[in-house]
Amino acid sequence: MSAPNKSYDPVEVEALKPENVDLARDEALTAVAAAADLEALRAVKIAHAGDRSPLALANREIGALPPQAKAEAGKRVGQARGAVKQALATRQQELEAERDERVLVEETVDVTLPADRAPAGARHPLTTLSERIEDVFVAMGYEVAEGPEAEAEWFNFDALNIHADHPARSPQDTFFVRAPGAVREHDGAAAATPAATAPDAGAPQPGSGSAAGDSGIVLRTHTSPVQIRSLLARELPVYVICPGRVFRTDELDATHTPVFTQVELLAVDEGLTMADLKGTLDHMVQSLFGPGMRTRLRPDHFPFTEPSAEMDMVCYVCHGDSVGNPERPCRTCSSEGWIELGGCGMVNPRVLVACGVDPERYSGFAFGFGIERMLMFRHNVEDMRDMVEGDVRFTRPFGMEI
Amino acid sequence: MRAPLSWLREYVDLPAGETGRDVAARLTDAGLEVETVEQLGEGLRGPLVVGEVLAIEELTDFKKPIRYCELDVGEANGTGERQRVICGATNFEVGDKIVAVLPGAVLPGGFEISARKTYGRVSEGMICSAAELGMGEDHSGIIVLPPEHAPGTDAVELLELVDEVLDIAVNPDRGYCLSMRGIARETAIAYGLPLRDPALIDAPTPNEHGYPVEVLDPKACDRFTARTVTGVRPEARSPLWLQRRLQKGGMRPVSLPVDITNYVMLELGAPLHAYDRHRLVGPITVRRAESGERMTTLEGVERTLHAEDLVIADASGPIGLAGVMGGAHSEVVDPVRDPETGEWHGSTEIVVEAAHFDAVTIARSARRHRMSSEASKRWERGVDPAAAAAAAQRTVDLLVLLAGARAEAGVTEVVTPGGPRTIRIGADHPDRVAGVAYGKDTVVRRLQQVGCDVYGQDELTVTVPSWRPDLTDPNDLAEEVIRLEGYGNLPATLPRVPEGRGLTERQRTHRRVGRALAGAGYVEALNYPFLAESVLDQLRLPGDDPCRRTVTLVNPLSDEEPALRPLLLPGLLAALRRNENRGSQSQGGLALFETGLVFRRTGTEPGIEPLSVNARPTEQAIAALDAALPEQPRHVAVVLSGDREPAGWWGRGRPADWADAVEAARTVAAEVGVALTVSQGRYGPWHPGRCARLTVGEELVGFAGELHPGVLKTLGLPARTSAMELDLDALTEAAAGPVRAPRVSGYPVATQDVALVVEESVPAAGVAEALRAGAGELLESVRLFDVFTGEQVGAGRKSLAYALRFRAPDRTLTAEEASAARDQAVAAAVGRTGAELRGA
Repeated sequence: MSAPNKSYDPVEVEALKPENVDLARDEALTAVAAAADLEALRAVKIAHAGDRSPLALANREIGALPPQAKAEAGKRVGQARGAVKQALATRQQELEAERDERVLVEETVDVTLPADRAPAGARHPLTTLSERIEDVFVAMGYEVAEGPEAEAEWFNFDALNIHADHPARSPQDTFFVRAPGAVREHDGAAAATPAATAPDAGAPQPGSGSAAGDSGIVLRTHTSPVQIRSLLARELPVYVICPGRVFRTDELDATHTPVFTQVELLAVDEGLTMADLKGTLDHMVQSLFGPGMRTRLRPDHFPFTEPSAEMDMVCYVCHGDSVGNPERPCRTCSSEGWIELGGCGMVNPRVLVACGVDPERYSGFAFGFGIERMLMFRHNVEDMRDMVEGDVRFTRPFGMEI
Repeated sequence: MRAPLSWLREYVDLPAGETGRDVAARLTDAGLEVETVEQLGEGLRGPLVVGEVLAIEELTDFKKPIRYCELDVGEANGTGERQRVICGATNFEVGDKIVAVLPGAVLPGGFEISARKTYGRVSEGMICSAAELGMGEDHSGIIVLPPEHAPGTDAVELLELVDEVLDIAVNPDRGYCLSMRGIARETAIAYGLPLRDPALIDAPTPNEHGYPVEVLDPKACDRFTARTVTGVRPEARSPLWLQRRLQKGGMRPVSLPVDITNYVMLELGAPLHAYDRHRLVGPITVRRAESGERMTTLEGVERTLHAEDLVIADASGPIGLAGVMGGAHSEVVDPVRDPETGEWHGSTEIVVEAAHFDAVTIARSARRHRMSSEASKRWERGVDPAAAAAAAQRTVDLLVLLAGARAEAGVTEVVTPGGPRTIRIGADHPDRVAGVAYGKDTVVRRLQQVGCDVYGQDELTVTVPSWRPDLTDPNDLAEEVIRLEGYGNLPATLPRVPEGRGLTERQRTHRRVGRALAGAGYVEALNYPFLAESVLDQLRLPGDDPCRRTVTLVNPLSDEEPALRPLLLPGLLAALRRNENRGSQSQGGLALFETGLVFRRTGTEPGIEPLSVNARPTEQAIAALDAALPEQPRHVAVVLSGDREPAGWWGRGRPADWADAVEAARTVAAEVGVALTVSQGRYGPWHPGRCARLTVGEELVGFAGELHPGVLKTLGLPARTSAMELDLDALTEAAAGPVRAPRVSGYPVATQDVALVVEESVPAAGVAEALRAGAGELLESVRLFDVFTGEQVGAGRKSLAYALRFRAPDRTLTAEEASAARDQAVAAAVGRTGAELRGA
């Protein structure tokens, strides 16, 4: 039984009663758990962990307690507040994570929308294929040599043992540059050249060398003049590759273009042989078309090489399997098994002499082929006009490298 | 050259089962280019027989003449009774021998013959034309056979209808292969079999009694043989075997004397000519034509001769353009039958010419007169001079045999002796060329096979055969050995290439420029360099512009475009228009670039002097050649139209404009490594107010900006098309070399913005330059971030807002330092450009 004015019992302080502290704590935890968003949680935090929250108020009462009671009450309230604080923090994290999640969901876009805000450019495949071939030889130690496109006949023909009467030197094959000051009208060719005054012979005269334009200058018909320039300008031995544009008077059609791209190679050194030529060609086609590729030489005739050969490479699509096999025809090589690449041979010693190279001591080999044709069969181009017209739809897919 | 396998077997005993394809493979290995192996009479099956026309009933109820014929086909139809066939041809009469195909037969092309009703009658087969039997393209009527063949004779064999023909493309160095003799020689070598050389026939010794011939130009004609035959029967026709060989060889039978000369040409490779002796006036002379001299060649064209033409002439004037074509007036006459008397009239006395002409002389004449004949084709590639006498003899023999002629005893031969041609080579020379140890025995054997005489041990003296004018140098002999040993047997080795230096700086630059422009969205277009000079007018280039010194072609592809481009722009703009027309613009904008050579006369080029090829030219001679060439700098250009940044779901696009073109120039300059100065310019095709003049130092290197609306209209290009063109070579030469690394300070930056008001005409670049100059070393960068015009700044003026960033390498700048630097910068701008500091 209790008596009035009995000594003050802290346990009797209403707010600090264990059941009340527990109640305040439980209410707080329930409220925290119920907070649906960060906004609600903030309110819960003020209500249950703020300065005026029941537990905060209870905490204030502790100071008034006798020392012996302080510890126990402090422990009780402290644990309760700790639990609430912990719960708040946990819930805060949960809700923040939820919010972050939601924001990301809300930021969802249709990633299939076209993203071509900066249309890609591209280099022409003839440029990049040419560079790729250059790189094969540069890696072997060759250097890239260049020369003019409007070229002296001496470089384009004479030094290459192409005599004045060779059919290639006729206007049917070669573009002749008009001499400065020559008559310009259509009577031109004949009137400008004394050698061609025969009334029955309107065509410029082959056989008198430069008579056609009398300028002695042509649009180079191959990059071989660069070989000549290299032999004249460089120290021996010479190992060069000569890429570039060349010109012949063909009309443009699906398989011909009057302006095309060649890569030629020249090696002049002591002791070079046809076997070296063969090995070099094999190496090239392996580098460009993959291991196992090889070439075949067939005798041919060119004035600037002797012996001369036509070079073929194994069809890199069917590897020859289509030959005599009508079940599996090959469009790339027309089921021939071989693809014609170009011409090659041992540098004619007469060419070396014209360049001041001693043919008793030095020999050389050379080859040349058209990049357009290689682009056609390597990349399945069906019509050469596509390479000429500059249509961006053709060029774009080739990108920067080939 | 078309070589029938059956004919080839006459000279080489090929194994019986050897097919045309087998022979083709061997010849290909030996270096002949066999283009096709034609299968004559493929799928042909008899009965196909000789028939005699017994009766003809003309059917007149049809739009074209139709004949119902009764034929005697011997026992070929199994009954010996008359065979009745419908025929649509009319070139035959009763009594003629024809070729009849009977039911059950299959003609080439799988055409099966059966008895069938046509034109109201039953046709038991048909009468054949040459085309139907695969004998040629002659559709003019049915074949009328010589009368000596009996009805019922198998025509498949008689007409040699089943055969294989090798069609061989003969390279210029292998003239001897334009004959059966030459191809037989290659075949014999390829098979290791002996050759029966058809030129090895006896000819009588020349004497004084032949037809008189005088050769006035022995260099152009070192041999002239003339033979005469008399008593030629005009009614004699070429026998079937002769006709068939000509047809298979690709020639059309004409008349017996002409067919014989053609036959001998195919056989021996020696072109011949036959003259009607009664039409010759006095001795034959061989001489150069007089300039302006005229003659009518045998196809009836009157030609004016050139002083370099070699002619065969008699007292009446030229009777033949030597080696190219005979004259109309002396040729043998085609036999004609007099309809009244039934007698045949034609040449009865024939002079046969077998000569040897200089290849170059004939080639020039043929080209000069644009006449390529079977003869000229052979002369140009070289004909065996030693075969002339044999060819004449063979012709005479055939005329005697087939035309009943008598050979006259007179034999004319005018010969300018030429010594045998010898070449000395080391016995190991072919080995050294090939990189293969063939050994001396092989070398000697191979050279002997091609017809050389070979003497010596380590050093060989090789006498080349008369039919191989192409063999002149040691390497020619090496090629003979190597090709016969087989190119396919060459090993593959790699030379030891000395270390190279890689691409040159210039070459790397070209690649970089291409990549940078492609990276910036430009697509490379490689255009032809041909253009019409009127394009330069359309581009409004001044009359005295250096680009007007165009290089032109004598023989352009199109007379409309005789000039070579002095600028890349015309070609690039054409490519832009082509893309535009194809609707590529609808995908956004178009941006193209090109790098390539442009051509300009220097105006001071000297003429080119002839230069020897027997030794290295002097440095002066090389320099003189180079000086004669046009200038050919490498340019780079871009064109762009439409949207530079396309519109899309993200919003509006940004149209391409002058600034993109200028930026492209900066892109190029950055790759090259030069500082490009941009100033206001005016030039040709560009919009006069939107043209940037591009310089490096003092040197003008190009222009960029929007193109003139008038130019765009003329060229049919979209409005606001912009363009840039730079002399890439000039840029490359000015390249500063490797990048010098900047010092990067870790101290804080101090940023100061200034707005300066200047006259509209003051270029922003000048203001920035002044700021840069005034700000001193503390300035890190100047960036123009706004341009403003409006009432606030006053009419005719603009406000330029710059962000200046200052930083010191060694300390944090104080506000005072930064302000002081800014004030100096502004002061410089005020001083140089008349700028006023806005808000000051």
